[in-house]
Amino acid sequence: MGVVAFAQVISEGPNTEPDGKSPTPSFEQLAREQLPRLYAIAKGLVGDAAEDAVQDCLTKSFERFGQLDDPGAARAWITRILVNCCHDRGRRSARRPQEVELSEVEEFSLYRKIAQEDPFPYSDTLHIDFLGSFGPEDVREVLQGLPELYRIPLVLVHMYGYPTKDVARILDAPLGTVLARLHRGRKLFERRMWDYAEETGILEGDGR
Amino acid sequence: MISCNDAVRQLWEYLDGTVEGADLESLEEHLSRCRRCCAELEFAEELRGFLHAAADDEVPEDVMTRLNATLKELGGQ
Repeated sequence: MGVVAFAQVISEGPNTEPDGKSPTPSFEQLAREQLPRLYAIAKGLVGDAAEDAVQDCLTKSFERFGQLDDPGAARAWITRILVNCCHDRGRRSARRPQEVELSEVEEFSLYRKIAQEDPFPYSDTLHIDFLGSFGPEDVREVLQGLPELYRIPLVLVHMYGYPTKDVARILDAPLGTVLARLHRGRKLFERRMWDYAEETGILEGDGR
Repeated sequence: MISCNDAVRQLWEYLDGTVEGADLESLEEHLSRCRRCCAELEFAEELRGFLHAAADDEVPEDVMTRLNATLKELGGQ
């Protein structure tokens, strides 16, 4: 859709489809409604580069608004553009995720690791205390360190409640692939939670 | 009959409701007699809630102002 057409959409407001389908929102309506959600997802995916990623997303989705055929798919459509913008931003940043040791991770259980290492010897609620040592910013830091392949499904499904089939649509990947990445991503997340606790010493202030 | 390792590997998927058929049956059978795996299931549930709670839904006011300005600018082109 060109610029003039966009201006028309804005001035005309929502269109009512002749076949009674849901009305087509204007780009501005759609984007404005989605802004808080887009920013939140970008924060989970690229941290401090979130604002830049959303700015990129607004420009790109504006340029491609004419390609949106189904207004019902608008949320997934703009999220897909955001995920791509986050990918581009992530590639430009200096930060590189750590190497993935998947075979080792597959059998990892954070629950068992906490029980074995017993970081709070006097606690009856060891596992809950472990989680309680993490602030939201620590969790986001752990997520940021995961390879993007696993970080995206984890953030979308577990932080923002997207159904896995929607994530498959956003990533343009088969559902089975998304489920497999989610599975490995969770395991890797458990493993990195433990590594992060060890590296940063966040458990030490609680009587270790 | 499945091992604890097999059961633990499926706990998140079990919470998603994506374990089905014979797999679901054998997992639930295992959980019904393994207290440790049940505790691990509870922890997995806790961890899911924990991830969700770490979502940052607040947009700082200055960021929102700049994003809205971009939208306005695009609209004015």
